Amino acid sequence: MDEKKLAIIATKGSLDWAYPPFILASTAAALGYESQIFFTFYGLQLLKKKLDLQVTPLGNPGMPMPMGMDKWFPVLGMTLPGMQGMMTGMMKKKMKDKGVASIEDLRDLCQEADVKLIACQMTVDLFDMDSSEFIDGIEYAGAAAFFEFAGESDICLYI
Amino acid sequence: MADFDQELDASGLNCPLPILRAKKTLNSMDAGQVLHVIATDPGSVKDFDAFSKQTGNELMESKEDGGKFHFMIKKA
Repeated sequence: MDEKKLAIIATKGSLDWAYPPFILASTAAALGYESQIFFTFYGLQLLKKKLDLQVTPLGNPGMPMPMGMDKWFPVLGMTLPGMQGMMTGMMKKKMKDKGVASIEDLRDLCQEADVKLIACQMTVDLFDMDSSEFIDGIEYAGAAAFFEFAGESDICLYI
Repeated sequence: MADFDQELDASGLNCPLPILRAKKTLNSMDAGQVLHVIATDPGSVKDFDAFSKQTGNELMESKEDGGKFHFMIKKA
């Protein structure tokens, strides 16, 4: 049986949305898939050496809030300075308490398992990012290179 | 419980870490050897079943005992 292939496009740069691409790619690799993640636009934040990923309840009524905050705290309150940092801190603590891996760990596991991480060259140029900001072992490519792999893939996800 | 060659305690770890750790440990083992995985993540029951089916490593035993899940996996 030929090796199955998983192709993912990661477009989001927040702490919560950083999980699906890395969880799925690392798990697929453990199941014997050849896996590739193409990071574009805000997804490029997930390739930074120093991750500073945040989570925000703004514009996200589905986010569970501690202590029923969503019931008695107006949405406007969430825009207060420091609120995003506080929510991010609480989320990280909750993840640690529940034995959920950090993004850094999952990213390392992906690289160990030979998941190919590809940065969108166009976005790197667009946002004036420098390759020195990113972790080692990644590639830089464009849409055509993504299709070369995605066209052969068994599963293709846009996250 | 049957004999095993290696043991992996994945207690307290959540998806997908038990699977990833198990895969890593299996990589260092020889074909035919048995890995005993202990986990507390209830999702790991279905996950190890699926892992076995997709990788060909036989899940010889899967059971719950005192809030912990035990898996015996024979490396293909």
